[in-house]
Amino acid sequence: MLAFVARRLSMLAATLLVASFAIYGALYLAPGSPLAALTGGRTVPPEVLAQLEVRYHLNEPFLTRYWLWLTSALRGDLGESIPLHENVSTLIRERIGVTLGLVLLTSLIIVVVGVGLGIIGALSCGFIDTGVLLVSTVSAALPAFAAAVLLQFVFGVQLGWFPVLGTGDGFVDGLKHLTLPAIALAATSVALVTRVTRAAVREELGREHVQTAVSRGLPWSEVVRRHVLRNAAIPITTVVGITIASLIALAAVVETAFGLNGLGAYLVQAAQNKDFAVVQGISLVLVFAFVITNVVIDIAYAVLDPRVTLGSRAQ
Amino acid sequence: MSIEILDPVVEVEEASSARRRLRALGWLGWISIAVIVGALLLAVFGPILRPFDPNLGDLSFANVGPFGSHLLGFDGQGRDVLSRLMEGARTTVFGAAFVAIISVVVGTALAISTAWFGGAFDTTVSAAIDVLFAFPGILLAVVAAAVFGPSLYSAGFALAIAYSPYVARVLRGAALQQRAMTYIAALEVQGFGALRLCVRHLLPNISSLIVAQGTILFGFAMVDLAAISFLGLGVQTPQADWGVMVSEGKTGLLQGYPIVSLSAVLCIVLVVAAVSFLGDRLDSFSRDSHR
Repeated sequence: MLAFVARRLSMLAATLLVASFAIYGALYLAPGSPLAALTGGRTVPPEVLAQLEVRYHLNEPFLTRYWLWLTSALRGDLGESIPLHENVSTLIRERIGVTLGLVLLTSLIIVVVGVGLGIIGALSCGFIDTGVLLVSTVSAALPAFAAAVLLQFVFGVQLGWFPVLGTGDGFVDGLKHLTLPAIALAATSVALVTRVTRAAVREELGREHVQTAVSRGLPWSEVVRRHVLRNAAIPITTVVGITIASLIALAAVVETAFGLNGLGAYLVQAAQNKDFAVVQGISLVLVFAFVITNVVIDIAYAVLDPRVTLGSRAQ
Repeated sequence: MSIEILDPVVEVEEASSARRRLRALGWLGWISIAVIVGALLLAVFGPILRPFDPNLGDLSFANVGPFGSHLLGFDGQGRDVLSRLMEGARTTVFGAAFVAIISVVVGTALAISTAWFGGAFDTTVSAAIDVLFAFPGILLAVVAAAVFGPSLYSAGFALAIAYSPYVARVLRGAALQQRAMTYIAALEVQGFGALRLCVRHLLPNISSLIVAQGTILFGFAMVDLAAISFLGLGVQTPQADWGVMVSEGKTGLLQGYPIVSLSAVLCIVLVVAAVSFLGDRLDSFSRDSHR
């Protein structure tokens, strides 16, 4: 187990190193000189230009600049946003809470509603099961931005139950502002999780050890809890983990749609304004979060299912 | 000439199974096919058949509902919504098709070449693919928009790069399975080259998987491209596009005039639902036949 975790962590470090290089390199290649952005197109004396070049290490070779960026990033300093004259780490710290709250609330909805509906659908038959299938089919085809627009119209404009724009102040108000975005973000994933859960529970129900347990007179609830759900938990954990990891990037869409002051919406803004330091910083944070989540899934998977050879995630 | 006789195309699947599969599609499958064909026709002929100029706005008609020959009314800038939907089908549908085709071609090439050569080549490419998995498609598209400027092309190429590893991972298993089969060994012994074996013999036998992957990716690409255009980092206004229209109509929607956003959303959802239903069906058929 320890060796597995250690190998997974070293792979993680290598992936992050290469990914950080790709992020830095891609934006380094972008056309346009950073000096022009710094001076805002004004003509400035050469001494000032020289000063700026030294301050932002513009004269250093690429690899040196990458190394400087990476080492200060590891110390928590992601450089300075040139248009805003502000530290990127500060900008990220101000906004990471909203994104984190959104992703956590969405994950909660996905787990409770997705897994719940899946179990209900698998254990019941007839119209309840058909209803579950119908709900999951419809929400599967609803992309996050489409769900966002629909929810804004129905629950914001028509019914007036929830605010449609903005982040809100304080915990309760903030939660109220996050409710519709979280539902919009969860829609597609809930469908996927429901489907996988339903199929997994159905498959376990048909297994021989379940029949044996029933015929030996174990109470039904006991059979479901200890023999069906325990085994079905493995594929369910995998799909829940994968969908939660995918939320990290998708949050940008929902944050923009609802005018939330989160990391993703800010990344989109920065990309439009060509604020490269911010794009680099937020991309690095998001890739980091995405990769770490995937490693956690892998480890959780190995813990849940002792039969898995501790090499790779089962297909 | 005699080489052609010695080079029989080995088909693992039977031809009659194709007909059986068509029957197994069910009526929902046929509706999906009809929706997809309709979307393709709209993408080809929509910009020709549209009743009005999609970019000509008359502000005195801003957010005016349907009347007369303007079946879906006007948007916030007084442009005909139906004409913009028909015009926008082209970038939306063809953009997604372009992404799906590129990622399937690249992914298939990676899958077959790694399965064929194995060894250090396989290890290197697989490591590169693992790194690419660290970049979600949307994030890559946002970075591409920052570097190359926002456009359909930068978004499309970014998504194609992000999707290829998924195709490669799915197809690699099937390619490895075929690689180990006796018909490949038999042809290899007869002295056929690697390229010919891969293209003429191995590729046709995993083609049903490839088609299924392409269909599924087409749906993903449509959602992601529309989302990126919605963010303002893909197709640029005033160019008509379904994703752009959702975002253009948002101001009206928040003021209680939802028809612009909702009609574009409905178009996207219909096509995506049809594509993903058909993709899932094709995928389960091809997995059954590869078992």
